[in-house]
Amino acid sequence: MSGRPLPRAVGLLALVLAACTLPFVLSNFRLFQFSQVYIYAIAILGLNLLTGYNGQFSLGHGAFYAIGAYASAIMMDRWNIGYGWTLPVAGVLCLIVGFLFGLPALRLEGLYLALATFSLALAVPQILKYFEHWTGGSQGIVLSKPNAPFGLPLNPDQWLYFVTLAVLVLLFWLGANLLRGRMGRAIVAIRDNHIAAEAMGINAALYKSLVFGVSAAYTGVAGALSASVIAYVAPDSFNVFLSVTLLIGSVIGGLASIAGAVFGALFIQFVPNWAQDISKAAPWAIFGVFLIGFMYLMPFGIAGGIRLLWTRATRSRVEPEGRSAVPTQAHTTT
Amino acid sequence: MDIFVQQVVSGLATGGIYASLALALVMIYQATDVVNFAQGELAMFATYICWSLINAGLPYWAAFLSTLGIAFVGGVVIERLVIRPVENAPILTIVMVTLGLLVICNSIAGWIWTYVQKPFPSPFPERPFKFDNIVFGAHDLGEIQVTLLVLLCIYLFFRFTPLGLAMRAAAHNPVSSRLVGIRVGCMLALGWGLAAVFGAVAGMMVAPVLTLEPNLMGGVQIYAFAAATLGGFTSPGGAVLGGFIVGVVENLVGTYVSFIGTELKFTVALAMIIVVLLVRPTGLFGTTVVKRV
Repeated sequence: MSGRPLPRAVGLLALVLAACTLPFVLSNFRLFQFSQVYIYAIAILGLNLLTGYNGQFSLGHGAFYAIGAYASAIMMDRWNIGYGWTLPVAGVLCLIVGFLFGLPALRLEGLYLALATFSLALAVPQILKYFEHWTGGSQGIVLSKPNAPFGLPLNPDQWLYFVTLAVLVLLFWLGANLLRGRMGRAIVAIRDNHIAAEAMGINAALYKSLVFGVSAAYTGVAGALSASVIAYVAPDSFNVFLSVTLLIGSVIGGLASIAGAVFGALFIQFVPNWAQDISKAAPWAIFGVFLIGFMYLMPFGIAGGIRLLWTRATRSRVEPEGRSAVPTQAHTTT
Repeated sequence: MDIFVQQVVSGLATGGIYASLALALVMIYQATDVVNFAQGELAMFATYICWSLINAGLPYWAAFLSTLGIAFVGGVVIERLVIRPVENAPILTIVMVTLGLLVICNSIAGWIWTYVQKPFPSPFPERPFKFDNIVFGAHDLGEIQVTLLVLLCIYLFFRFTPLGLAMRAAAHNPVSSRLVGIRVGCMLALGWGLAAVFGAVAGMMVAPVLTLEPNLMGGVQIYAFAAATLGGFTSPGGAVLGGFIVGVVENLVGTYVSFIGTELKFTVALAMIIVVLLVRPTGLFGTTVVKRV
């Protein structure tokens, strides 16, 4: 994971190319699942920015996912706006809402922020049902999947797969750039030592609200994509368990890691599918056991575990420090 | 006016449930600085155990008391096995572990007892009481009595027994307590056990009203959060008062503010939490914790 820039770029390019061949070898259903993985990965990256890199809690990111999904669905359903245009609008809307939610959240330390966001997650389905005129109440909104443009010989599932993949690559690239730059350093500095960061002239209040906004925007875009891919939105699919699912993906993938978002997304998409064969209740029992198990054994998640193995194998200098959930700065350069 | 009094009384009844659960949250928060997100689900689980015992033929109060015993043991065991290994970990880790507990309890309850709603018996007579035209549900009145009784027991326990004093000491100043010979680890486990007991009381009192199902406590827990936030996470008495206030406010708002009704109940709780955190983050009776940096 910590190779030189050139081989890493080649590796990433190979991965993207491999992802591009999937539509021609997998069934439509599998393809749909992979689109869902990319969507989760975008949402989890948003959560990672907030929790992993900036050290703020959110147990309520499902709320922003819901806002993105509904914004996109209402725009497509009511005003016939193309799905492509709804993505940036949903992103900007969530950026604003997230920024505004982040402002009062500034005053809330750790646990209180967790409480506030957790109640937000619980309240969202009710709020969605309440504004029935816009959201279609508990019936939700049924959409149709878009066809591929320019007469491309692709079916809707294949086309949507490419769209989600493109958005994923774009947002991950933006995210990596954001974290590598001046802003990224500031974000991590606030997490590591709030007071020292302020003493260095970083406007912690502004940055924290901004990160909340950016994180919400990522999750909102993911929600907007999901509205197109699933072609249906309903209030009860955005319950508190969605927020917990995203958080579980984030923890299992690796909190302060960009690649971790993809591992986490793969986990939350495919593990429940397998577990469902055991019992309807099994996926959550397994999620819970994995969550607690990872907290004990692999607090840096899958990405952290891979990095650790890689460092051991190449005998590099980096060693994990302590059993903290939030890795120190040495671990955050993926 | 009659409606008003009636709503206040049933508000106090639900408030008692919020108060019990809020008290459980506050106990754990005071002892270990953790908000136990699984508190409601543990209570739900205990209620299912009580249901099974009653179905196995035990009389109500025998099942009630044995459930309290089981809940206590369960709370202690969970603290020992699950929470203790991450005791000194960052807050995020502990929150995650309690969230893990939440989803495990929820899904195992669904696994064992299915997601079908089950009626849960009330120990109080069916016949409502009447005072001049105002009708009170017997269950409402019984709930308030049970809650007050539990509160009295807790007060007496913490105020007048050596064990209660030791537990308060361990929560207040672990290092000094250890120096005078209090086994702090044991006290924390006891705290979890007692919290599980309060939760179980709340669960068994609310189940006849809401009917028993694995998502029984989701709504109750958000109100308990609101109650604990309002009263202050550092003040047990405040949390209890907060519970009653939240219960009454919830009922009155639901009755008199037409656009909210029962459909936006959670949003009311969310709004309460956010307003309290913004205006007075320590709650009504909480104390500001001064931290050295």
